[in-house]
Amino acid sequence: MDASRDTLSRTTRPTRSGNRMEPWIERAVRLAGLSAIFIVALIFIFLIRLSLPALTRIPLSAFGDLRWYPIEERFGLVSLVVGSLLVTAVAVGIAVPLGLVTAIYLGEIAPPWLGDILKPLIEILAGIPSIVLGFVGWVALAPLVQRLGAPTGLTAFTGGLILAYMALPTIISIAEDAIDAVPKSYRDGSLALGATRWQTIYRVVLPAARSGIVTAVMLGIGRAVGETMAVMMVTGNAAHVPRGTSMLFQPVRTMTATIAAEMGEVARGGTHYHVLFLIGALLFLITFAINSVAARLVGRRRTGEGGG
Amino acid sequence: MRRQQRQRLAFLLVSGVAWAVTIPIMLVIGLIATRGLEGMSWAFLTEMPREGMVEGGILPALVGTVWLTIGTAIVAMPLAIGAAVYLAEYARPGPLTSAIRLAIVNLAGIPSIVYGLFGLGLFVLYLQLGTSIVAGALTLGLMTLPVVISTAEEAIRAVPQEFRLTSLSLGASRWQTIRHQVLPHALPGILTGVILGLSRAAGETAPILFTAAAYYLPSLPSSPADPTMALPYHLYVIATQVPNMPLAPQFATALTLMLIVLSLTVAASVVRSSYRRRREW
Repeated sequence: MDASRDTLSRTTRPTRSGNRMEPWIERAVRLAGLSAIFIVALIFIFLIRLSLPALTRIPLSAFGDLRWYPIEERFGLVSLVVGSLLVTAVAVGIAVPLGLVTAIYLGEIAPPWLGDILKPLIEILAGIPSIVLGFVGWVALAPLVQRLGAPTGLTAFTGGLILAYMALPTIISIAEDAIDAVPKSYRDGSLALGATRWQTIYRVVLPAARSGIVTAVMLGIGRAVGETMAVMMVTGNAAHVPRGTSMLFQPVRTMTATIAAEMGEVARGGTHYHVLFLIGALLFLITFAINSVAARLVGRRRTGEGGG
Repeated sequence: MRRQQRQRLAFLLVSGVAWAVTIPIMLVIGLIATRGLEGMSWAFLTEMPREGMVEGGILPALVGTVWLTIGTAIVAMPLAIGAAVYLAEYARPGPLTSAIRLAIVNLAGIPSIVYGLFGLGLFVLYLQLGTSIVAGALTLGLMTLPVVISTAEEAIRAVPQEFRLTSLSLGASRWQTIRHQVLPHALPGILTGVILGLSRAAGETAPILFTAAAYYLPSLPSSPADPTMALPYHLYVIATQVPNMPLAPQFATALTLMLIVLSLTVAASVVRSSYRRRREW
C-alpha cells in the first residue's frame, strides 16, 4: 500500500490538467499537515515564556517549600505534586486491574451478545463529560466515602475513584485491541497442548499482548494526571501534604485543580500568575513524556519489532 | 479436574470484575436521568436564570454551548481535514511525517487545563481577543484537532487505491482526484470524526474557564467577541459556588449536558454505520 502510494506520488508530480490554483491548494494542505508540529511548539513556547518570570523571581529551592500559600508568597509545589501523584496512583491502582480484567472478559470470555451490550456502555462512559462525573462524585460518591469514616467525603480516594472511571474506557479499549491482535494460532497452539482456556489467557495471550497493555496503562496515567474539573470537585482542594496511614482519606489538591481554581482570581503579571503557568508547563512536560513513550511503544508494535 | 475448577473460579472472578465496572456506569446514567427529569421542563431550557441562578432556567448556558461548539467546528474542520489529506495523500514515510504524528499524539495528550492556559496566553492576552466566544472556540478547536485528524485520515485511507488510479488515468490532476473522488467517498468518515470531536468540545470546562466562560450574564451574548455562559461551567458553578442551590436544577443541567454530548456521539456512530452499509467497495 505504502509502496504504491509512493510510486503514485512520483509519477504524478508534474500535474497535467490542474488549474493554476492547484499548487497553492497543495501548499495549504501541506501547511495544515505541518500545523500540528507548529501548535505543539507554540503551546510549549507560550507556557515557557509565561512561566520564566516565576523562575527568575523565586529561587528554585522555594518550590521545595511544603506550603502552598500564595498570599504570603509561598509557592511550595510539593503538596500539589504529591496531591497529583496520590490521586493518580489511586486512579491507576483501581483502573489498571479493573480495565485489564474487563478487556480480558470482553475479548476472551464474554459471549458476543453480552459484549454488544457492555461495549456501548463503556463507550457511553467515555463520552460523559468530566464535569458530569465530577458532579456525580460530588453529590453521590462523596457522602458514601464520608460514611466509610473519613472526616470529609472530599478526599484523594474519592478523586482517584472518579478518575479511575474516567481512565477506564481508554485502558479497556487499548488493552482489548492488544489482546485482539494476538494471533489466533497462539491460542490454538496452547489449547492443542492441553491447556485450559484460562491457562491460555494468562500464560499465552497476556504475555503476547504485553506491550499494548503497557501502552494502555501509560495513556491511562496521562489521562489521570491531566484531569481537572472532576478532580477539583471531589478532592477537597486542601493544599497540604497528606501524611500517615489515612493519607488516602485526606483532602488533597492537584496541580490541575490549583490552576483551575486560582487563575481566575490572580493578578495578571504577578508572581502567583507566572507560577500557575509554571505548573502548566510541568503538566505539559509530564504528559509529553508519557505520550511520547507510549507512541513509541505503539509504533514498535505496529512494525513488529517488539511486543511478542 | 482441578484445572477446570480453577478456570471456573477465574472466569467467575473475571466476569464479576467486568460487572463491577459496568454496573456503576448504569447507576450513574440512571441517577442523572431520573433525578434530572424531575427538574427538567421546557421553561427550564428556555428561560433566563433568576434570583442568583437559584430560580429560572439555563437558556444562556445552552445558547453559549451551542455557539462555542459551532465556533469549534469552524476552527477545527478546515485545519484538521487539511492535515488529514496531507497525511493520507501527500506525506511520505520519513522523519517529518513521524514528527507530525508524534505532535498529534501529544496534542491529544495535553491536559485540557493546559489548553486553557495556552488559550489565555495566546488568544485572550497576546492577540487581545479578550474573554470571548472567539477565544474559547479557538482554544477548543485546537484541542479537538487530534481526534478529527486521526478519524479523517483513517476515512481517507479507506478509499480504495483503484479510485485514485482510475481518476488519474483519465487525466485528472492529483488535487482534482482528491477533491472529486477521494473526499466525497471519505466524507461520512470525516463527518464522524468531526462530530466526535465536537462532542468532546461541548462537554469541556477547563479550556473555556479563562478564555470564554462567564459566571453569570444577564443577557445572551450578542457577538462572538462577547464572553458567554456555557453548560459545563454553569454546572460547576451551580453545584459548588452558589449557596442554597436546590439539587433539582443541578441534576437537570447535568442531564441536559449529558444528552447533548451523547446525542452527538450517537449521531457520529449512526453516520459511521449507515456509511458502512452503503459503501460500494
